[in-house]
Amino acid sequence: MIAYLGRRVIQSVLILLGVSLITFALLYLLPADPVRQIAGRSATPETVESIRRQLGLDQPFVIQYWHYLVSLLSGDLGRSYIQRSEVTELIVSRLPASLLLMVGAILCELAIGLTMGLLAAVRRGTATDQALMVASFVGVSAPQFVVGLLLLYVFAVRLGWFPIGGYGSWRHLVLPSLTMGILGAGWYARMMRSSMIDVLRQDYMRTARAKGLARGAIIFRHALPNAILPVIAMIGIDIGIFMGGIVVVESVFGWPGIGQLAWQAIQRVDIPIIMGVTLVSAFAIVLGNLLADTVAPFIDPRIKLR
Amino acid sequence: MKTKKETDNNQRREHEMKKFLTSTVAVSALALMLGMTSARTEDAVDPNAKQGGAITITYKDDVATLDPAIGYDWQNWSMIKSLFDGLMDYEPGTTNLRPDLAESYEIAPDGKTFTFKLRHGVKFHNGREMTADDVKYSLDRVTNPKTQSPGSGFFGSIKGYDDVAAGKAEGPAGVTVVDPYTIKFELTRPDATFLHVMAINFSHVVPKEEVEKYGADFGKHPVGTGAFKLAEWTLGQRVVFERNPDYWHKGLPHLDKISFEIGQEPIVALLRLQKGEIDIPGDGIPPAKFQEVMADPEQKARVVEGGQLHTGYITMNTTMAPFDNVKVRQAVNMAINKDRIVQLINNRAVPANQPLPPSMPGYDKEFKGYPYDVAKAKALLAEAGHPDGFDTQLFAMNTDPNPRIAQAIQQDLAAVGIKASIQSLAQANVIAAGGDKAGAPMIWSGGMAWIADFPDPSNFYGPILGCAGAVPGGWNWSWYCNKDLDAKAAEADSIVDPAKSGGRAKMWSAIYGKVMEDAPWAPVFNEQRFTMKSARMGGADNLYVDPVHIPINYDNVYVTDVQ
Repeated sequence: MIAYLGRRVIQSVLILLGVSLITFALLYLLPADPVRQIAGRSATPETVESIRRQLGLDQPFVIQYWHYLVSLLSGDLGRSYIQRSEVTELIVSRLPASLLLMVGAILCELAIGLTMGLLAAVRRGTATDQALMVASFVGVSAPQFVVGLLLLYVFAVRLGWFPIGGYGSWRHLVLPSLTMGILGAGWYARMMRSSMIDVLRQDYMRTARAKGLARGAIIFRHALPNAILPVIAMIGIDIGIFMGGIVVVESVFGWPGIGQLAWQAIQRVDIPIIMGVTLVSAFAIVLGNLLADTVAPFIDPRIKLR
Repeated sequence: MKTKKETDNNQRREHEMKKFLTSTVAVSALALMLGMTSARTEDAVDPNAKQGGAITITYKDDVATLDPAIGYDWQNWSMIKSLFDGLMDYEPGTTNLRPDLAESYEIAPDGKTFTFKLRHGVKFHNGREMTADDVKYSLDRVTNPKTQSPGSGFFGSIKGYDDVAAGKAEGPAGVTVVDPYTIKFELTRPDATFLHVMAINFSHVVPKEEVEKYGADFGKHPVGTGAFKLAEWTLGQRVVFERNPDYWHKGLPHLDKISFEIGQEPIVALLRLQKGEIDIPGDGIPPAKFQEVMADPEQKARVVEGGQLHTGYITMNTTMAPFDNVKVRQAVNMAINKDRIVQLINNRAVPANQPLPPSMPGYDKEFKGYPYDVAKAKALLAEAGHPDGFDTQLFAMNTDPNPRIAQAIQQDLAAVGIKASIQSLAQANVIAAGGDKAGAPMIWSGGMAWIADFPDPSNFYGPILGCAGAVPGGWNWSWYCNKDLDAKAAEADSIVDPAKSGGRAKMWSAIYGKVMEDAPWAPVFNEQRFTMKSARMGGADNLYVDPVHIPINYDNVYVTDVQ
């Protein structure tokens, strides 16, 4: 177990290093010259060169990358070229909003997805099953940008139940969580359905039925707990999908998280912020996968750590 | 005229407002009579203005910085103007220069020494009085390479600037504090734009103790002398300004509070405006919704349209064949159907025939430019030795509406036989190609086009049409360099006497006329500004399309539903 964990942690660190190297290289190759961006269009060539020296951008690639890594180890993600503030500070100030949205989204996707999956499994082969599976497919394929605007238009503008974007109260949280949740719900519905069907086929289910237990008791007391665990173990992997989604959803709803920060930084070619958000997202994804894999054997004894 | 007694002032205000237009003329006339000295008259305060209330403005992007030495985007530009002041400013809603923190100024006959008398009793938000030392400190700071100001180049005409830029001096030697209320600037050459430079944000006055306290984070903790002070800044969510009760300009600002809500997509902002939740969508009307808004009389009534100091143009690289032939460049000018392009962007612009935009002094109303004439364009191409046209490339930025505009240009060119392939790239790539002598034969400037830093005709020449800009990494993408015109430009800019500004503007009109004879550009359109506001916003229309305060002049607008 310890050896396994140690190996996985080393792997994770290597992955993060790789991510940092690739992003750094890609952004280094961008034709956007951050020094000119800072210096403005009225700057003399001397001013441009002086700023380049001050930022260490006249150094060769390897040296620049090395400096970046060294400061990274002390938690310093550099300074934004355009916002002129610490990237760490910008990200830390926006993390709570993203984490809150993540919790909201996970609750939404579990509530919707598990219910749909359960219903579909119990009504397997019926029209309900098919309708639910089509719905889950739509949920998985619908672009979040469209879903978000649609929800916003119907529930905030037309019906006025929720605020039109923004941040602050639980009412602000509902629509963005739902937008994020609909995508995940599609996946969970499908996984829950097959997991449930699997469980319902087991011998102990037949035993339960044979001894005359009520249908509700069979499903909720005996089948559900067994079917749900492997599904829940997927939440860790979900973080990857989530990190991709927040960029769009946070922008649509004006949610002040790191996804919105990334979107703004990309539009302004603010390289240190793009680097920082990419690394933090990669870290979250790696951590999520690590957790999912570590927790899995405790939930499902059929899985062994190797 | 400096501060008068309150009662006297109140009586005069109404009278002044009624004569607002004539008084503007009177000020100019006064300036003419005084010759080289100019003193400030108080701006008339709108007598209908109500005091108090709060407004909400939305933006998509976070505010980058509120440091006047650093901030250089259209979002923070006017926010900074409300937190800080400079020696000079413009009358609200116009491009007319007038003293601001200065009470009066004097220009030496040789045009190389400017002396400003400062207003007494102006206080920073921290309560300390502003003096000439602060003005000098602010200029030392903005020109120091360590500050990394994108505006330091504007101060190039001050004596000793080069030493500062080279790191050999702490501040330009040409700036001298004569006494606490007098500051003197010595220039290396007569510079007619210097008063404008004293009005741009980069020369706004900052208090040394606060800058030193916050260091690189001063931009997040701005302290100035302006009409508003920063009350709250929650990263990624909101920036809140509150009224500066000690503002030296009595009667201003009208609003008690302005909340800038950050991170709102323009389309969401419009929905919120329609529901009455916000007052100004800072990013404007989203293009996809423009026609819908303008078709609804109730909404259209709340849209204010105005000019912008902007020109969209096609550059032709004069060092690359076949654009090294003036006839080819003239042919391109005649091949472009500008009206159709303007329609393509829902008439959010007016067709252009010269580099200067119509709201800029020096714009020549009589100038006819090149007509849209396909037959004549073909004839010119034939004369140039290209009867069957030629193949070339047109670079354009890849965000809407620029690819569509590039396609329209491509079709227009095809009609005269020029086969242009479109290179639709990210902004940085297009700028890089333009700054490379062999990079781009033609560029559509949309999304990167020149917006003037200050309302002076010279601002459209030097970097984008003069020899100085025709260098690697420069902005003169036509690589047009006419030494004769450069000399004429220098001559025009040496006329600092405000009394001769009319003659100077004529000289500039002539320079741009000559530029168009050589046709390094095909000017296409001048973008118009459309500001949408809530029904409760009050104040003259020109405050909502103020040429230097974008989107609106925060200090002078008010709300009608208070008291």
